[in-house]
Amino acid sequence: MELLQQVVQQLINGISLGSIYALIALGYTMIYGIIKLINFAHGDIYMVGAYIGFFAITQGGFSVVPALLISLVTTGLLGMLVERIAYRPLRKAPRISVLITAIGVSFFIEYTSMYFVSPTPRTFPQMFGDVAVSIGGIVINGQQMLILGITAVLMVLLTYIVQKTKTGKAMRAASFDTETAELMGINSDRIISITFGIGSALAAVAGVLVGIYYNSIDPLMGIMPGLKAFVAAVLGGIGILPGAVVGGLILGVVEALVSGFVSSTFRDAAAFAILILVLLVRPAGLFGKNTKEKV
Amino acid sequence: MADAKKKEPMLAIDGIDVFYGAIHALKGVSLTVNEGEIVTLIGANGAGKSTTLRTISGLLAPKKGSVRFLGKDIAGMKAHKVVAEGISQVPEGRRIFAEMTVMENLDLGAFIRKDRDGIEKDRKMVFERFPRLLERKDQLAGTLSGGEQQMLAMGRALMSRPKLLLLDEPSMGLAPLLIREIFEIIQDINRAGTTVLLVEQNANMALSIANRAYVLETGRITLSGSAKELAASDEVRKAYLGG
Ligand SMILES: Nc1ncnc2c1ncn2[C@@H]1O[C@H](COP(=O)(O)OP(=O)(O)OP(=O)(O)O)[C@@H](O)[C@H]1O
Ligand SMILES: [Mg+2]
Repeated sequence: MELLQQVVQQLINGISLGSIYALIALGYTMIYGIIKLINFAHGDIYMVGAYIGFFAITQGGFSVVPALLISLVTTGLLGMLVERIAYRPLRKAPRISVLITAIGVSFFIEYTSMYFVSPTPRTFPQMFGDVAVSIGGIVINGQQMLILGITAVLMVLLTYIVQKTKTGKAMRAASFDTETAELMGINSDRIISITFGIGSALAAVAGVLVGIYYNSIDPLMGIMPGLKAFVAAVLGGIGILPGAVVGGLILGVVEALVSGFVSSTFRDAAAFAILILVLLVRPAGLFGKNTKEKV
Repeated sequence: MADAKKKEPMLAIDGIDVFYGAIHALKGVSLTVNEGEIVTLIGANGAGKSTTLRTISGLLAPKKGSVRFLGKDIAGMKAHKVVAEGISQVPEGRRIFAEMTVMENLDLGAFIRKDRDGIEKDRKMVFERFPRLLERKDQLAGTLSGGEQQMLAMGRALMSRPKLLLLDEPSMGLAPLLIREIFEIIQDINRAGTTVLLVEQNANMALSIANRAYVLETGRITLSGSAKELAASDEVRKAYLGG
């Protein structure tokens, strides 16, 4: 009974953490889907999102939801700007050049941030710490409720945009076949820009939520979650939206279980071990089709 | 003067040179398409037929020469803008959006349009022309047969209401009976007012429905004339009509 309770508790912790990974992984997978780029700077975009949220709350005096919105919009625009300046000129360049550029953008964002906000970690104000629901000894705290609620809303919204709106259809078409999408009258540059905007906005929300959850943010905070979200995206099948969500949740749950029952030092190793295992069995990821497009 | 204006072709390509990196794919190609015509461009594998269509639709930009459509130079214009000028391309290999439904594919064909009623009407028109698509409208396009996919690619192209329809090897990989059906539909589309530029390896069929024809050989136009003339010429018969 005790054990079951602990397992359920770790599941809840894991799903909360996994939601964060999922939000970041969605951006990875959407951007990969449309321009086949592993955007190594994505974790740093998430960091910038956390800082914008931090300043909105501490300096601007905003409460959580407006702070989230400010961060979401600003970081979304930043993502679009990065694409416009760093990636668009390389549209016809070999993929390796774009990848190296992404690594450069990543360092640029990290160290420019350090210059402006200093490398010392900042402490996020305590929020929702005293709210908690307890059911049969299992505790869901206020921050976890916030993470789960916001993630759920964003998933529904994203699904609606991608499935039902004209822009969403254009995004799917351009991801599938950019050239033919152009023949339909779809401005693929515009669609790529929107994709960066949405992906970066989701990462920004993840950044603010992590700040609230763990209380501490710093300019290099994006590196590890960025890698983990990349693992999550590959786990689910890169380029596939539901795959990124499931991959993120699996990763979060495994990490929580490992740190709860084995040791938290082994946590990160577990994440990458899963990646290697899944890729051995299903190279295209859980949701990926192993047969690449027919001739 | 008014007379001269009327005679200006709908599409006039003049001396275009197109490259893929160092590969010189088109070498001074010129051709015209008049309003209301079916013009066919025939030639062997690798002659440059697709390259010509892709240059017209804006997927490629010529290094030299001009592409005039309805009096406007569209050479080098982005593909998504060319559609709005009234040119629609059915690409080689159909290139339907396999992971989307038949209906979504057709909607994407109408991407540039905002007139809901008109789109609805044209969708009906497409379903009348291709009844098999109506039966499968909610099915994923990737699950359609080759012939149905060709129909979908054509229906999708019609949804932008093009003045000029570019068709790249619509008969590719289809059974003879189906090829006949597709060619009849092309004629129907043309009779309903759409000008057609048809690229084909099946020269026999193409010449049988076209008004005029051009023969392309390794990036150059080597012959041109009325479809009847070309079908009767020894050169064409030897090279493309199997005797
Ligand atoms: N993306 C590309 N990169 C390099 N060369 C290309 C490319 N596409 C076509 N070519 C070359 O350009 C020439 C013309 O090709 P194109 O596709 O226009 O021929 P085609 O007449 O359409 O042939 P097919 O009947 O086989 O479709 C060929 O020599 C081809 O190898
Ligand atoms: Mg071709």
